[in-house]
Amino acid sequence: MKATFWIFSRQWPLFLVSLAYISAPQISAQDWVHTGTNLGNERIRLAAADFKSVGNDPGTAPLKAVFDSTLYNDLTSAGIFDMVSKSLAPQAMPGSPQEFVADQWSAAPASAAMVAFGALSATNGRLAVYGWLTDARNAGSAPVLAKQYNEAASQEMARTVAHRFADEIIYRLGGAINGIAETKIYFVSNRTGSKEIWVMDYDGANQHAVTHLGSISISPRISPDNSRIAFASLGGDGWAIRMFSQDLNRLVSFPGGSAGGSNQSPAWSPDGLQIAFSSARGGHPDIWISDVSGSSAHSISSFGSDVSPVWNPRTGNQLAFVSGRTGEPQIYMMDKDGANVQRMTDGGYAISPSWAPNGGLLAYCWNRKYGPGDPGGQDVYIMDIASKNWLQATHEAGNNDFPSWSPDGRHLVFQRQIGHRTQIWTMLADGTGQQQLTFSGDNSMPNWSWK
Amino acid sequence: MKTQKSIFSIALLLVALTAVSGCGKKKTATLPPANETAPTENGGVPTAQLTATPTVISAGDQVQLRWATTNATSISIDGIGDVPSVGVKTVTPSESTTYHLVARGGSLTADASASVTVNSPPAISVPSRSMSAEEEFNARVQPIFFDYDTYDIRGDAQAILAKNADYLNAHPEIKIAIGGYCDERGSDEYNLVLGQNRAEAAKTALVTAGIATDRIRVISYGKEKPFCSDSTEECWQLNRRDGFTIDR
Repeated sequence: MKATFWIFSRQWPLFLVSLAYISAPQISAQDWVHTGTNLGNERIRLAAADFKSVGNDPGTAPLKAVFDSTLYNDLTSAGIFDMVSKSLAPQAMPGSPQEFVADQWSAAPASAAMVAFGALSATNGRLAVYGWLTDARNAGSAPVLAKQYNEAASQEMARTVAHRFADEIIYRLGGAINGIAETKIYFVSNRTGSKEIWVMDYDGANQHAVTHLGSISISPRISPDNSRIAFASLGGDGWAIRMFSQDLNRLVSFPGGSAGGSNQSPAWSPDGLQIAFSSARGGHPDIWISDVSGSSAHSISSFGSDVSPVWNPRTGNQLAFVSGRTGEPQIYMMDKDGANVQRMTDGGYAISPSWAPNGGLLAYCWNRKYGPGDPGGQDVYIMDIASKNWLQATHEAGNNDFPSWSPDGRHLVFQRQIGHRTQIWTMLADGTGQQQLTFSGDNSMPNWSWK
Repeated sequence: MKTQKSIFSIALLLVALTAVSGCGKKKTATLPPANETAPTENGGVPTAQLTATPTVISAGDQVQLRWATTNATSISIDGIGDVPSVGVKTVTPSESTTYHLVARGGSLTADASASVTVNSPPAISVPSRSMSAEEEFNARVQPIFFDYDTYDIRGDAQAILAKNADYLNAHPEIKIAIGGYCDERGSDEYNLVLGQNRAEAAKTALVTAGIATDRIRVISYGKEKPFCSDSTEECWQLNRRDGFTIDR
């Protein structure tokens, strides 16, 4: 946690200067959220060698292919490396530090500072992987990292092992912040004909349905410990907050979530003990908080038109939310007892806040020119909470909504509607590196797991 | 650290200086006045659209007429009479009919028509059938429509609500559900709030008109169950509505 904050405090001067410049109307540059390592201004030049295949088992080649591509993709997506493209990298596949020739990798055109390499075998149903990370510019130095993995041989485990090795490298070279290669993204998909809750790996792999309710289920929010998914679902008595247990693989009771038939947009407190949500059980939509068993429900706002709460994940003492109390929806903040309400946005149509893990930034969506006859564009923005200065992260690409921070604070997942199709995308928090993760049906409301 | 602090101060100054030009945008959103559709590009010329669904029926079947007009002060459909600027009506033509809508704005008019072909009933069918309670409800209790991103009851909606209240006062055995709907723009979650407020607004008006509160259930559908799915002002207007159904 300390390291996460340090990333921003160390870069604060540059960060603020950039913010000031960006506020000038004609400037549209946006490379301001620092996603680097803080070990210098330049990203580390990193090469990932294809791993050496060991043994003659015919099952090795397909697992090696999965492993090599997953590792390379994870390191590229991390956003903190200047990756050596596979076409510039040497053909060598060193299977051990003894086989590693530093000059091959440090020389142009690869010009790598660090190299990840190793060996992989699949024999007798076991997948064995040996991975190293070495400084290519100090020939003969001891490896920075040496890891070995032994798992059941399957494509899924080849992906998992690649994720784990990538996260070790990212942790080691990325300022001791945990990587996100094993995190999940929960979302809504209509591919089965009705809106259900789905889940996928952070890179879009392994997409599958979690719920099969045949109704309309939306707004999935995963608990901090990954054990439960809170979501809103339309039933015979209207909208209820429902709970899916990942441990039991079924719905579990949440008795406080159905009163009034107008309950939606749940949010977990960072300690996992409370749920905030919007409910009109008192006559108009306000923010309510109950404990995780669904009891002790009480309202903390009373203006009506309040929705989409999200807790400060660092302190658990404040919530950001959306309110239409003055007309079109705006982002607000308040303490968890409802005190100290302050408005954060100054107009337009501002929705869907997501609070960054470091506690200092809000991502949200904003249509700054919203009005009759002006559908406009709805983009992802990021606000520095202390100063209320903001920057635009997406530009002129569809209607964007529901940003959600990755646990490392370097990435955002969001939905993008182009024409009548809505799909899920990720990007680095500075708006670069945009990648589409879903392609089938309509997919929306992504929520990134806490770890 | 000292250098960083001075840069920090300069940065704060820059923020302060530029905040006036860059971040000083105040809320300027204005909402259209009640009973007026969103502005269009073609000035004050009235436009009109009318559709009938389905276009071929058997005698006794129902047809849904949908219409949308802009820049018109007086709208009428032959055989039905004056109608709101945008609306939906269920009709049961006994013979093939062409519905003709005229929208007048000042000296200008716009026309739209929709034809329905009615196939002859089978020879043995009973000639005149009384409407079921549900058919009568659907024919007499009409939806109301809202302006963009608001839940204020417009003038045309007040007139419809008054008729709806009359019908409900005359049929005290009927309980109703009011569904609040929104157009496709904006967030799914915020539109559920807006739909809730729209449904509650109609409930409040009906309760004021003497309908017992326990006869009315409200539910928001937000933008989850749109009536139509075109990205046009006409379709958006049809989707910004409260629908009334018999609650069982």
